[in-house]
Amino acid sequence: MAYAAGVDVGSTQTKAVVINEAREIVGRALTDTGANVTRAAETTFQEALKNGGIPEEEVEFVVGTGYGRYKVTFGNTQVTEISCHARGAVHMFPRTRTVLDMGGQDTKAIRVQPTGEIVDFCMNDKCAAGTGRFLGAAAVALDLPLADLGPTALRGERAVKISTTCTVFAESEVLSWLGKGKKIEDILLGVHESIAARSIGLLRRVGIEAEVTFTGGVTNNQAMVETLNKRLGLRVNVGDEAHFMGALGAALFALDRIVARRAPAHAEAKGGAA
Amino acid sequence: MDHAAHETTIVGRGNEAGARLFREWFQGLTAAAEEGRGAAYVFVMGSLCELLRVFDFPVVFPEINSLQAAVRRVAHEYLNEAENYGYSPDICGYVKADVATQLRGGTHPMGKIPKPALAVCTNACNTYIKWGEIWERMYGMPMFTLDIPGSRGAGLASPRGGDDFERDRRYVQAQLEELIPLCERVSGKTFDVDKLRQHMGWANELNAGWQRTLELNRSRPAVFNALSDGTIYLGVANGFRGAPEGAAFFRDLVEEMAHKAERGIGTTIDEQWRLIFVGVPCYPIFRRFSELFSDWGGVFVNSTYLWFASGGANLGFRYDLARPLESLAEGVLLGVRDAMDSMFFQTQALVGMIDDFAADGVVYHPIKSCRTVSTGLADSRRALMAVRDVPSLFVESDMMDRRVVSEAQMKNRVDAFFEGLAARHHQATSP
Repeated sequence: MAYAAGVDVGSTQTKAVVINEAREIVGRALTDTGANVTRAAETTFQEALKNGGIPEEEVEFVVGTGYGRYKVTFGNTQVTEISCHARGAVHMFPRTRTVLDMGGQDTKAIRVQPTGEIVDFCMNDKCAAGTGRFLGAAAVALDLPLADLGPTALRGERAVKISTTCTVFAESEVLSWLGKGKKIEDILLGVHESIAARSIGLLRRVGIEAEVTFTGGVTNNQAMVETLNKRLGLRVNVGDEAHFMGALGAALFALDRIVARRAPAHAEAKGGAA
Repeated sequence: MDHAAHETTIVGRGNEAGARLFREWFQGLTAAAEEGRGAAYVFVMGSLCELLRVFDFPVVFPEINSLQAAVRRVAHEYLNEAENYGYSPDICGYVKADVATQLRGGTHPMGKIPKPALAVCTNACNTYIKWGEIWERMYGMPMFTLDIPGSRGAGLASPRGGDDFERDRRYVQAQLEELIPLCERVSGKTFDVDKLRQHMGWANELNAGWQRTLELNRSRPAVFNALSDGTIYLGVANGFRGAPEGAAFFRDLVEEMAHKAERGIGTTIDEQWRLIFVGVPCYPIFRRFSELFSDWGGVFVNSTYLWFASGGANLGFRYDLARPLESLAEGVLLGVRDAMDSMFFQTQALVGMIDDFAADGVVYHPIKSCRTVSTGLADSRRALMAVRDVPSLFVESDMMDRRVVSEAQMKNRVDAFFEGLAARHHQATSP
C-alpha cells in the first residue's frame, strides 16, 4: 500500500494529511506555524504519520501547499492552496461549483467546473479584513478566547454595524461600541456580519454558483457558517475535513503523481504542478 | 559572414542598442540641463516629437523618467518626497515621482532633467492635463493641450475617408497650426516645413518598424517577450520618435526579429504558454515580475501596453510627406484615438490578438496609480470572458509604488493561474 501526503503551511496554522490509494484520510495533524516554518511543516507531517500509524518510507509523494509551501523541504513539489482547496472541496463535495476558503490571513473565492478545473478565483488584497485575523483582533479587544467568539455571537440579537474595513482599526471600533454600552454578543454578531459581507463580495467577483463549499480554519466557527448561510440564502457545505481541505487537496495531487509514475504513458497529473 | 557568426552578432542586438540609446538620451538631457536649455515636456500618447524636433527642443518624457526611477528601485524616495510635500498616496505615482524630480532641481537616477520651456499634452489621459498645470504653476511656462476626438463608443470611431473623420482631422490640424507659433515663440526658431518632412520621414520608418516588430511576434516561439524586451523597444519608439536613431534602431530590430522568426529562435526561455498582457508593467519589481511568468514558461507575445503607450505607433501609420501638416494631423488623430481605444474599447482588439498570436491566456494587471488604464479592466475582463473561453488572470499592484506590491501574494495568484492552464491543457489532451 502506497500513501500520499499533503502539507499545508498556512500563515497561522500548519495542517498535514496522509491518504491511502483509495483516497481515504488515514492520518492528519495540525500545529501552529510559528516563526520556524520548515520545522512546523516537518513536525506536522510527522504528527500526521504518527496519527495514522504510517511509516514515513511508505509515503511515496508529498506535496507542499500554502504560503510556506516552498519551506516544505522534504516535499516533492508544490501546488498553490488555491488549486488544493478547490481539489479537496470537489473531492469531498462533488457538486461543488464555488469554494470559499477563509484562513488566518487570507480569504479566497474560487469557482470550479464539474471537472474540478478552476474557472476563476480571487483573494483579499494586501489587507486581512474579512479573514480569520479580523476575528483575532476582535477576540483581543474583547479579551475572549477565539473559540468563544462563535458561540457568543450566536447569542447576539441586534448586530452592531462594524464600518471599518481595516483589521487594525476594527479593534478600536469594537472598543468604541463597548464604550457606548453595546452588548458583547451584538458586537460580535456585527463582526461576523462584516467578515461575511466582505467574503461574499469576493464570491460575487468570481460568480456564486451552488453548491458552495466553505473551507479553512474559520469553518470551526458556527456563527460564521450561520451568517454566511443567511446572507447567501443557501446552506454552505462544511465537512469534517473543512479545516484540512488544503492539505487534503495537496495529498490528492500527490496521489495523482504516484499513479502517473506507475502509468507513464498517461503523463502528467491533474493540476500540472503536482 | 557564416550563419553562426551572423547569429551571434544579430541576436540580442536590439536589447543592447536600446539600453545604449537610453543611456545616451539621458546624457543628452543632462547636458541640456547643465546648459540651462528649456525642454519640451511631452507624454507617450501623442508626443508630437516629429514637430517639436523641428524647433530643436530637448524632449522630456516625464512618464519615462518616473518609470526609470522605479526600475532603478528608488521610486519610493521620490514618492515619499512628493507625499511629504503634500500629495496624497492615492495620486498617480508617475506624477509624484516627477514632482519630486522637479523639487530636487531635476536630479534623477539617470542624470539631470532639464526644466520645461513648454509642455504639450493630449486628452488621452486626464492626469496629463492636471500634471501640466503643476509645471505651469512651478515655472510659469505655457502648456498646450491637444484635444483629440476619441471614439464615441465601441466600434463607433469615425472611419477614414468619411466626412466625420475629415472634420476631426481638420480640428486637430487647426490645433497644430496654433501650436506652431507657440513653439516659434518659445524656441526663438522659425518653423521649417522641410525639416518637419525630414522628422516625419524618420517617424514613418519607426512606425513601420514598430508595426512589423509586433507582427513578427506571431512566430512560435515568440521572438521577443512583450513585457520585458518589448518595454525596451517601446522606450526607443517613444524617446526617438522622429529622430534618425529611432529609424535606424527599428530597421535593425526588424532585421533581428525576422532573422529569429525564420530560424525558430525564441526568447531566453523554453516557451510553454503564450500570454497577452493588459495594463502597465509592475516597474518596482520589473525583472522579478516578468520572472513570475517566465519561470513557468510563460511568454508575453503581445500587450495592450505596447499599443497605447506607443501612442498608437502600432498602427504603422505612414505620413504623406507631400502634405505634411494635413498628414501629421491625421496620424496624430489615428494614433491617439487608437491609444485611447486600446484602454477603453479593448475587448474586440483582444479577441483579435488572441487569435492572431495563438494566445493561451490573458493577464490583466490593474494598478493603483492609474485610474485611466485600470478602471475598466474588471469589466473588460468579464466582457472578454463572455465572448471567448480563454483563461485569464487578474493580478493587482502598481507601476511605481512598492508599498502596494506584494510579491508573495502575486506569486500565489500567478502560480495558481499556471496550475489552471496546465490542468486545462491536460483535460483537453487526455484521451
